[in-house]
Amino acid sequence: MYSEKVMDHFQNPRNVGEIENASGVGTVGNAKCGDIMRIYFDIDENQIIRDVKFKTFGCGAAVATSSMATELVKGKSIYEALEVTNKAVMEALDGLPPVKVHCSLLAEEAIHAALWDYAEKNGIKIEGLTKPKSDIGEEEPEEDY
Amino acid sequence: MDKLIYLDHAATTAAKPEVVSAMLPYFTEKFGNPSSVYGFASENKEVVSNARKIIADTLNTNPQDIYFTAGGSESDNWAIKETARAYRDKGNHIITTKIEHHAVLHTCEYLEKEGYKVTYLPVDEDGIIRLSDLEAAITDETILISIMFANNEIGSIQPIREIGAIAKKHGVLFHTDAVQAYGQLPIDVDDMNIDMLSASGHKFNGPKGVGFLYIRKGLKLRNLIHGGQQERGRRAGTENVTGIVGIGKAAELADASMQERIDYETKLRDHLIDRVLNEIPYVRLNGHRTKRLPNNANFSFQFIEGESLLIMLDMKGICGSSGSACTSGSLDPSHVLLAIGLPHEIAHGSLRLTLGEENTMEEMDYVVDCLKEIVQKLRNMSPLYEDFIRKN
Repeated sequence: MYSEKVMDHFQNPRNVGEIENASGVGTVGNAKCGDIMRIYFDIDENQIIRDVKFKTFGCGAAVATSSMATELVKGKSIYEALEVTNKAVMEALDGLPPVKVHCSLLAEEAIHAALWDYAEKNGIKIEGLTKPKSDIGEEEPEEDY
Repeated sequence: MDKLIYLDHAATTAAKPEVVSAMLPYFTEKFGNPSSVYGFASENKEVVSNARKIIADTLNTNPQDIYFTAGGSESDNWAIKETARAYRDKGNHIITTKIEHHAVLHTCEYLEKEGYKVTYLPVDEDGIIRLSDLEAAITDETILISIMFANNEIGSIQPIREIGAIAKKHGVLFHTDAVQAYGQLPIDVDDMNIDMLSASGHKFNGPKGVGFLYIRKGLKLRNLIHGGQQERGRRAGTENVTGIVGIGKAAELADASMQERIDYETKLRDHLIDRVLNEIPYVRLNGHRTKRLPNNANFSFQFIEGESLLIMLDMKGICGSSGSACTSGSLDPSHVLLAIGLPHEIAHGSLRLTLGEENTMEEMDYVVDCLKEIVQKLRNMSPLYEDFIRKN
């Protein structure tokens, strides 16, 4: 069902944990739908993401996309991080099953949420960043009979 | 442990070697059509009759009331749809429960679109209906009560004899989906006043693709498949001879070993449940502690999600299943877990382990040891657990 890369990131997730006094923290998703992602950034004075950690409640794909997303933004500037899309996360993982695409959207949204928190804490505006939705759901059509 | 630990017997079971060897000749040298007149095919007719007799005996009924089908879902569909259509003149109301298998639920929803009225009875926190709710739901329009014998997810066993008595008292037909119970628990259709009963071969070490529907003599539900005199003309089509031989053999073996298996599996199940509840914090058992299938354990582990748990168990060679949304391909967790009152986030963290006679006590211990480690690992990764620990 999952690619080798997804399985690798699920079994050996990178950057799991918390950052005390983080520069920015973003939590997205909801427990009702079965996934929540939280990303912590430690951002230096040059707006470079010095360290990143995550915690995720969710399926294998949710854990793997969180892990990959943190890898993709680590050491990058906040503007480079903003460019990390769900598509980039999926590609880096060699794809996701169609029903799991929303996990990658959640990862992108978690990055944005953490950047938004950083911007708010520092009273700055990050060009191109809009206030993230806290909740990513997926509308599925009702089955027909 | 190097070998696979299969704990998903509610999903399917391996066909027993005796079952397979009984089936084999009917694929090749004894390939005749039971409907043919010549002597070569007479044995094919005979083995189908034998299987019907074996199954009838296990239910304390007559062979002519057993109709072979392609499995549990077909049996459920037939029983419900064709009872509804045949008894439309009498009424248009069906009573079932919120925790049925989708083969029953979706069939009832389909009938609602055709204008039937359906009452979906709630269940208590253990997943068992209240008889007073059933009594109260019956109206002059009620034609059918369809309530499962035992639940496929949480194993809860319904008060079938009492339900049968209520149905009889009110002159309403009673169908039970016994896909999980047949071969696991003793069933007597007369004593329990069951009018129709669905079962599936692969749930009790028979082959896949074959099941049966018991239909009490005299019920006029409509024929399922038109086109021949097979199954008394009610379900036409050349008999699945190999499958029928297989399900017959499996039924015979299951019936003979039933009490022994109940005793053994209950012991394993209780050991598994006791250890998990005692050794892992923030966990609950779903379903009744004792009124449950001897082989079923279903837990909810707080702060973690079921699919992650299943993948990690798989890496340890353990096969289980979950009612989380991620394993069902939708956003909602299992309707059964929601019906017993679990909040969504707890339902997402469910794990069903269903054992079989080949499992051992040593395996139960290994599974619990793995679970302790995996649950802790996933909790360490969980923002819900982090928030919980901060608050407490």
